[in-house]
Amino acid sequence: MKGMTLIVKKTTQLMAGIVFMYGIYVIVHGHLTPGGGFAGGVIIAGSLILVTLAFGSDFLKLVKEEAGTTLIESFATLMFILIAVSGFFFGTRIFFNNFLPKGVVGHLISAGVLPLYNIFVGTEVAASIFIIFLSLIIFKEESAQ
Amino acid sequence: MIAYIMCFVLFLVGLYGVITKRNLVKIAVSLSIMEISVFLFFALLGYIDGGVAPIVDPADPARVYVDPLPQALVLTAIVIGLATTSMLMAIIIRLYRKYGTFDIREIKNLRG
Amino acid sequence: MEVAVSIITGLMILGALYAIHAKDLLSSVIACGIVGYSLVICFLLLKAPDLAIVQIVVDTITLIIMVAVVLDSSREELFLKPDTQGYVTTLTGVFLLAIFLYFFVISVQSLDILGKGSLRMAEQYINGAAQKTGSANLVTGVVFDFRGYDTMGEAVVLVTAVLGVLTILRIKGKK
Repeated sequence: MKGMTLIVKKTTQLMAGIVFMYGIYVIVHGHLTPGGGFAGGVIIAGSLILVTLAFGSDFLKLVKEEAGTTLIESFATLMFILIAVSGFFFGTRIFFNNFLPKGVVGHLISAGVLPLYNIFVGTEVAASIFIIFLSLIIFKEESAQ
Repeated sequence: MIAYIMCFVLFLVGLYGVITKRNLVKIAVSLSIMEISVFLFFALLGYIDGGVAPIVDPADPARVYVDPLPQALVLTAIVIGLATTSMLMAIIIRLYRKYGTFDIREIKNLRG
Repeated sequence: MEVAVSIITGLMILGALYAIHAKDLLSSVIACGIVGYSLVICFLLLKAPDLAIVQIVVDTITLIIMVAVVLDSSREELFLKPDTQGYVTTLTGVFLLAIFLYFFVISVQSLDILGKGSLRMAEQYINGAAQKTGSANLVTGVVFDFRGYDTMGEAVVLVTAVLGVLTILRIKGKK
């Protein structure tokens, strides 16, 4: 896939990192401010799509990227379920048990396991949407050959 | 009352598109419009007059909050909607490559 | 509040009608984007900032994917010459929609007036929820603590959709 013009590339260089950082901020502060895993994950996927569209990429690199992203997605889903199951081993034995100390409402380190859920769901959503985009591009490149 | 009815009219517009159009892309667009109207209906159900967004401020806790349950349901539904729309577009482009047309009647006839 | 939401919903209906009747598929897809972006304003008016953040990005990505598919194939609407079957379909559709609207207007009378009533479950989720879950954002508390099973099901559906896309779009098998 070919990239875009110089102006688009330069603007993307300036913007994409900031968008990525904003996504991480939204995920980490998900239990204090509006946002959370879903919103942050979609924002991170948006920044990755922006970079891929602006700079272009060759076919083999895209296939490698797709394989790696699939691994990340499966790992994040597995970790989400593992955290849910680990409620069986601490405190009251129920699924989705919030077994870590709650802390003070309004502090960054609080709310027990909810920030961990936020982080893994964010990773999973970002990886899923990026895989869908990559597989569409790979299909286009492959059928053009 | 009028807001609920307008929201349902939006749903009906999408349903009309699904029933009468023969183009696959138009059908996908109509489905996504129906989805959007359902999200709006859920958000309307949770609204309370004079309420604030459901973020607790520990310094000033005694306030009226908007109902967080419909918002939580819609939050997951939006992301699923993106994934299913992408899957629909993948099926559509695959059908276009095989049959060379978006017309569903043509595709049915070619099947034989 | 109700008036503002109704006006924006009216604009969304106009955009949706244009999206369904446009001659060019590219303008149809972009008119679908109008509907999605108007929804963001509705969410902000209805005090749902979480949904607004998600919807504005999701709508952009949906637009990118749809435009990519339309540009990759044909962007012309089918030429439909008016025939009997088309008229019958349209008449049946309009009749069906009228019936649906009639029953909705009857059944919406039993709902609370917008903004006045509250659902019974809301009390349990709002009172003391911040102390129970430790999270200041009540929506995050509901998504991951009270309704954890929903979120787990959502994660599984997302993985399944990605598997479906990967399977549908594969041309050559892996060597």
